[in-house]
Amino acid sequence: MLTKRIIACLDVTGGRVVKGVQFKNLRDAGDPAECADAHARDGADEIVLLDITATSDHRETMLEAVSRAARTLFVPLAVGGGIRKIADAASVFDAGADKIAINSAAVHQPELITEIAMRFGSQAVVVAIDAKRRNSSFEVFVNGGRVPTGRDVIQWARESEARGAGEILLTSMDQDGTRAGFDCELVRAVAQAVSIPVIASGGAGSVSHFVDVFREGQADAALAASIFHFHIESIEHLKRELHAANVPVRWPC
Amino acid sequence: MIAIVDYGAGNLNSVRKAFDHLGAEITIAGHSSTIDAADKIVLPGVGHFSALSALHVAGLREALLKAMLAGKPFLGICLGMQWLFDGSEEARDLPGAGLFSGRCRQFPATVKSPHVGWNNLSLSGAFDSELSEHRESRTGKSGPEISRLLCHLPSDPFVYFTHSFYAPVTQSTSATTDYGLPFSAAVERDNIFGVQFHPEKSGAAGLLILKTFCEV
Repeated sequence: MLTKRIIACLDVTGGRVVKGVQFKNLRDAGDPAECADAHARDGADEIVLLDITATSDHRETMLEAVSRAARTLFVPLAVGGGIRKIADAASVFDAGADKIAINSAAVHQPELITEIAMRFGSQAVVVAIDAKRRNSSFEVFVNGGRVPTGRDVIQWARESEARGAGEILLTSMDQDGTRAGFDCELVRAVAQAVSIPVIASGGAGSVSHFVDVFREGQADAALAASIFHFHIESIEHLKRELHAANVPVRWPC
Repeated sequence: MIAIVDYGAGNLNSVRKAFDHLGAEITIAGHSSTIDAADKIVLPGVGHFSALSALHVAGLREALLKAMLAGKPFLGICLGMQWLFDGSEEARDLPGAGLFSGRCRQFPATVKSPHVGWNNLSLSGAFDSELSEHRESRTGKSGPEISRLLCHLPSDPFVYFTHSFYAPVTQSTSATTDYGLPFSAAVERDNIFGVQFHPEKSGAAGLLILKTFCEV
């Protein structure tokens, strides 16, 4: 049976892993390669390295971090942040990533999705969407959640799929960093609108939040950062509890 | 020396990295002469079946078939496994190697496609009766055949998949996986092995499979 994936996300800046609440108040959380390896050993099904500053000065530092993490990592590795053209994607794949996540660049030039999918395969293209509640619908934000686009999340998810995205990484900006639970309504709406896997992100704080997002939210995977690397919840414990709750997970792994 | 075939498709680096980690001696083969000189061959691949057309252009196809016929251990991964079959609905005009019967098809509409993530293998006990009889007459031993590639794995191990097309279950299927329907997760006949999943991305279980391949 296909299992629900638990994905550990590492926000990286200046070659260090950091975590803040709703993209603010960043705290140091360690070395990317060491964190990635530790999470994989703990049972993470996949690792995401997200370059949260993504300025050109940091580009080499990030690629070096990806390369070091990839060397000893034998689970899928996705990398996002600052990928604006196909050459950026190529350099990230060269460094050892299996997938790239594109967010703002995909909104600004949607043909980039197709371009990367044609060259590296759809399985390698994750379109990341930052979503914020607007009454009864959800709006797409870009530039690290700072800029509203006026676009509807459901429509953008459908378009991303049509253009060749292999997965959607869906972050609820309202829930991100709060540890108050995933936005199951948002996740379910997108999961039902597309036929590609949807990774839920933003709000993980307890085991029951994961149970909810897999059952009610119909997520294919769930991503979290702070609860793992500050050891609020170990992935091993989380998976054992999910298994006990009859959510199919890779356990033991 | 294990040759990893480079035909411009996908995850060559990941596969190479895994073999490096295992301490295997690796060469990247973009020409038939490198394949001719290798002891073992790995055909990786991810993406669209049409990517395999590059094997025809570079004359790699003939070199691969020759090596397999000569008894060199061969491991096809993902698209590399699908190539061992007759062909795929994904690129109807492009023939596969035809070493295993059947064509690759798209998953039914009842499940999400692509099939992405960790799923478990059901290892087949006596997966190839033809081979069993052959071994029996050769070695005098009977009993169920266990896959030489998967024999060290724990029961029902989880491995990582990412694909939209699947290969049918045949008498050479050494492991099946269920996703809307049972399909060939691994095939095996004599020196020829194929896995639909990515052993280089399947954690400890995957590394164990690659280590076993190094030792067959």
